[in-house]
Amino acid sequence: MALQLTLYLLVLLPFFAALLIAMVSAKGLAWHSGLAAAGSAVGLVIVLVLAGRVLDGEVLAVSAPWVPALGLDFALMLDPLGLLFALMILGIGLLVVIFGHFYLAPTEATGRFFASLMLFQGAMLGIVISGNILLLLVFWELTSLSSFLLIGFWKHKAEARQGARMALAVTGGGGLVLIAGMVLLGTLAGSFDLMTILQRGDLVQASALYPVMLILILIGCFTKSAQFPFHFWLPHAMAAPTPVSAYLHSATMVKAGVFLLARLWPVLSGTELYTIIVSGTGLITMLFGAWVALFRHDLKSILAYSTISQLGLLVMLLGFSIKLAAVGAVLHIINHAAFKAALFMSAGIVDHETGTRDIRKLGGLVKAMPITALVATLAAASMAGLPPFGGFISKEMMLDETLHIALFGLPWLVPLVATVAATLSVAYSLRFAIHLFFGEPRDVQVHAKAHDPGAGMWASPAFLVVLAVLLGLIPMALAGPLVSAAAGAVLGEVAPPLGLALWHGINPALGMSVAAVVAGTLLLWQHAPLLRAYQSVRHLDAKVLFERVMAFADKRVRKLIVALHRPSLQRMLLAAFAVVVALFIEGAMDGGGSLTGPRVGQPASVVAVIAWGLLIAATIAVVLAQRQRFLVLVYVSVIGLVIALAFVHLSAPDLALTQISVEVVTILLLLLALNLLPKTPPQLSSKGRRLRDGMLALAGGLGVGGAAWAMLTRNANDPISAYHIANSYTGGGGTNIVNVTLVDFRGFDTLGEIIVLGIAGLAIYALLDTATRGAAGARLGTWQEDMPHSPERHPVMFVMATRILLPLVLAVGIYIFLRGHNEPGGGFIAALVIAIAFLLQYLASGFDWTDARRKVGEHLLIGSGVLVALATGLGSLVFGANFLTSAFGYFDIPLVGEVELATAMLFDIGVLAVVFGAVMMALAQLSQIAQRAARAHAASLAAQQEEGQ
Amino acid sequence: MTLEFLVASAIGVLVAGGIYLSLRARTFQVVLGLTLFSYAVNLFLFASGRLTIDRPPILQKGVTDYADPLPQALVLTAIVITFGMTALAVVLSLRSFLETGSDQVDGNECAGDQDDCSDVTAEPHG
Repeated sequence: MALQLTLYLLVLLPFFAALLIAMVSAKGLAWHSGLAAAGSAVGLVIVLVLAGRVLDGEVLAVSAPWVPALGLDFALMLDPLGLLFALMILGIGLLVVIFGHFYLAPTEATGRFFASLMLFQGAMLGIVISGNILLLLVFWELTSLSSFLLIGFWKHKAEARQGARMALAVTGGGGLVLIAGMVLLGTLAGSFDLMTILQRGDLVQASALYPVMLILILIGCFTKSAQFPFHFWLPHAMAAPTPVSAYLHSATMVKAGVFLLARLWPVLSGTELYTIIVSGTGLITMLFGAWVALFRHDLKSILAYSTISQLGLLVMLLGFSIKLAAVGAVLHIINHAAFKAALFMSAGIVDHETGTRDIRKLGGLVKAMPITALVATLAAASMAGLPPFGGFISKEMMLDETLHIALFGLPWLVPLVATVAATLSVAYSLRFAIHLFFGEPRDVQVHAKAHDPGAGMWASPAFLVVLAVLLGLIPMALAGPLVSAAAGAVLGEVAPPLGLALWHGINPALGMSVAAVVAGTLLLWQHAPLLRAYQSVRHLDAKVLFERVMAFADKRVRKLIVALHRPSLQRMLLAAFAVVVALFIEGAMDGGGSLTGPRVGQPASVVAVIAWGLLIAATIAVVLAQRQRFLVLVYVSVIGLVIALAFVHLSAPDLALTQISVEVVTILLLLLALNLLPKTPPQLSSKGRRLRDGMLALAGGLGVGGAAWAMLTRNANDPISAYHIANSYTGGGGTNIVNVTLVDFRGFDTLGEIIVLGIAGLAIYALLDTATRGAAGARLGTWQEDMPHSPERHPVMFVMATRILLPLVLAVGIYIFLRGHNEPGGGFIAALVIAIAFLLQYLASGFDWTDARRKVGEHLLIGSGVLVALATGLGSLVFGANFLTSAFGYFDIPLVGEVELATAMLFDIGVLAVVFGAVMMALAQLSQIAQRAARAHAASLAAQQEEGQ
Repeated sequence: MTLEFLVASAIGVLVAGGIYLSLRARTFQVVLGLTLFSYAVNLFLFASGRLTIDRPPILQKGVTDYADPLPQALVLTAIVITFGMTALAVVLSLRSFLETGSDQVDGNECAGDQDDCSDVTAEPHG
């Protein structure tokens, strides 16, 4: 339990820190960096406490199901490899936070900076201690996102934004490919659990899909670790503040790809395909990066290309599929993290103190900045692979391993290229140190103000450089157990015995190393003519290429979207209807059989046929009379009336009541809207389009009508209605089965429906309340009345009649509501009837008169209605029954007689309130808008009259 | 003619009218199309309980045969929801008209299919 909590705490700690920092972002730099440092330090202590058990061979693992259906568990696993990376992430993280505290100006958005940094730390930590590859992917994506924030931290700079976008596009895109690869890997291995997968290498490699999976995963790793040809984002990411570069590009972000290669080494490596692709890519990247680094002038750019080269070296070593090479890779990961972070920080110090990072302007800084010069020179020496530094040992191991590999059947190829790359890295490392700190100052102005920074700033790189030196002097004591254990975790078995030392006697690797140092020194000596030669050749600019590709993709995608998804309602509806009609036809052809079923129909009365004729005629009239919109409303109400009559005839009194009252409010609504809308369309569609739409409509009508016919001429297939009929009175306490179904059997449905209705009412409010602003408001203000008006605005007869009617209609509404449980009626119908009574007041007496007398707002009605209905449902939970179970009883009230009280009635009150509120909201808001428009019109008329006088 | 034929054919006619009007370019027509379509859908749902005369689903002593109450309950809420949908569609089209000055469904006289812009038969207002 304690272990479980500790591991979860470890991975969540940085996220907590990020959250805390964001919360105190208004406070000063010390708060932000202090919290970040505390978070990193606590994490580091946790890892160090756990380190003993891990190095003793225990794998600490915890797991909790997250999405079990997908195989996604929140599983964490701390083994020696994870331990090594966690130590680097937290340790260098702590140093970077300290460095960043002194590097950043207090006026900058330091809260955002350190919060993003901790977010990144958490994501990175998550990658290295994930025990489930799907969880690993989640953290992997998080690193892409948080590094985007960090690289683009100086968002006012165009290059920062571009660099961040590019990094996100490349690493995020690679992440997508990686998802495919990992899902494939999990499928092949039969599990997403990392430990299980690592033991099923044979199973995975035997699969025919292994090459596909491998390439997908490798693309994910190569994009993240900036391998050729995906390397180009890394130099552009140098637009980030230097602490970010020191963190992301030494120990963390770019090492994620290397980490994944190492993590999956037992599963992926060993095949010819793997060896050729991985070691080949690494080799090319190592050579290419080293070559370009030699000719860069920006200090950070030199370091960026050298990082590309060093990552290539690591990838190549892992690609050899040789155990000792993998051990060498683990050792070099540590060495590189130490010297590269120190170098980035040194570059940052130089930039901070001199104001430039251009190596052509600098030089001879050793006099002005002796401490920085010492730190940077020692770190560069380790990068060059000179003894007695850690870099020498891992470079020796690398050169030695190249002798054991014969790529493309050529045993001399890899050793030769590796020696050339080593030569170049000696050259650029020495150039970094010598051109920067020694010789004569090239730009006196820059030199004048240069001095060493405070101890806070050089402490972090100095600590790292001490490590780099000790890694060379006492490698076995310092890193032996860790490297041995981590290498064992990579290999999945006990690692071969380590013999880390500076002196291994005279061997071919030593010869290659000496040759590289000599040749590298010569290269630096001849640097000026080499640079001229390099610059005389035109080089492909990866950035321009990338932008061209992006622009091309952008254009294509836009075209595709417009072609597929034209923003036109007509076109979309046409497609939707056409597809449904096609499905109808397909289904009819496929189903076979006859359209007409065996069920015998009932003869229709003459009245029914006449009503039917009316409905058909009214529908046709609605379609044809598009120009007279008011007339159309009359036709529509005829249709509604016929349907209401049909409900009466077909044993559905509740439906008839509902239909007729909804019909009234709908027509009122359309009338109000039409008052403001154009009364007739300005133009009609072309004949061809009308014909096309007519054909489609005909096909649709035939299809649905045919389906209805087929259904009606067949018997129902064992309906569940018998249950409702049998239990309506005994279970629901009412004889009106429809109402009991609404408030009891299917009360949950009803609850959902009134919520939807309430939302529609509120949406209408939101749409109309804001319509008085902006363009809509301007249009309303200049609205011209285009309808003839009655000379009398509020006819007395009408006003008096509606006022007398109001209490009567209210009484009827209450009556309908109360009897609803046993006779036709209920909350829905009562609400509509009452709404009509109130709407009549608006019509007769005007909006202002009625609105002023309104005591309860529609918002309150809708909200309290939903709450009452909900509370009724929850009330039954209190009594141990299911949600919305109704209870009822009969009470004898003197004089009135026996009265039934049911909780269902309470629920129905909620329904009534919501329906009434929503209906009133829609119509009242509409009439208010019309009122405002009319008022504006009157005002403009008055203004005109004044002008006339 | 049977009742079943009347109902089925009425559903078919309403659907045809609804589709045709939904495909028109003006918001008011589309709202009308939705209304016709809703009538048809509600009728169809109701008809799935089959057609019954003079047997309303109100429990009475001695009566055992009732019209199917379940589709009725579903249609009852559907009718009210239809109103909510129509109201929202009307208000949306009104707001769109007020914002853009056009009652074209896409808020733009020349948006969508170009037919509505170029290939039109401009008839006199009536």
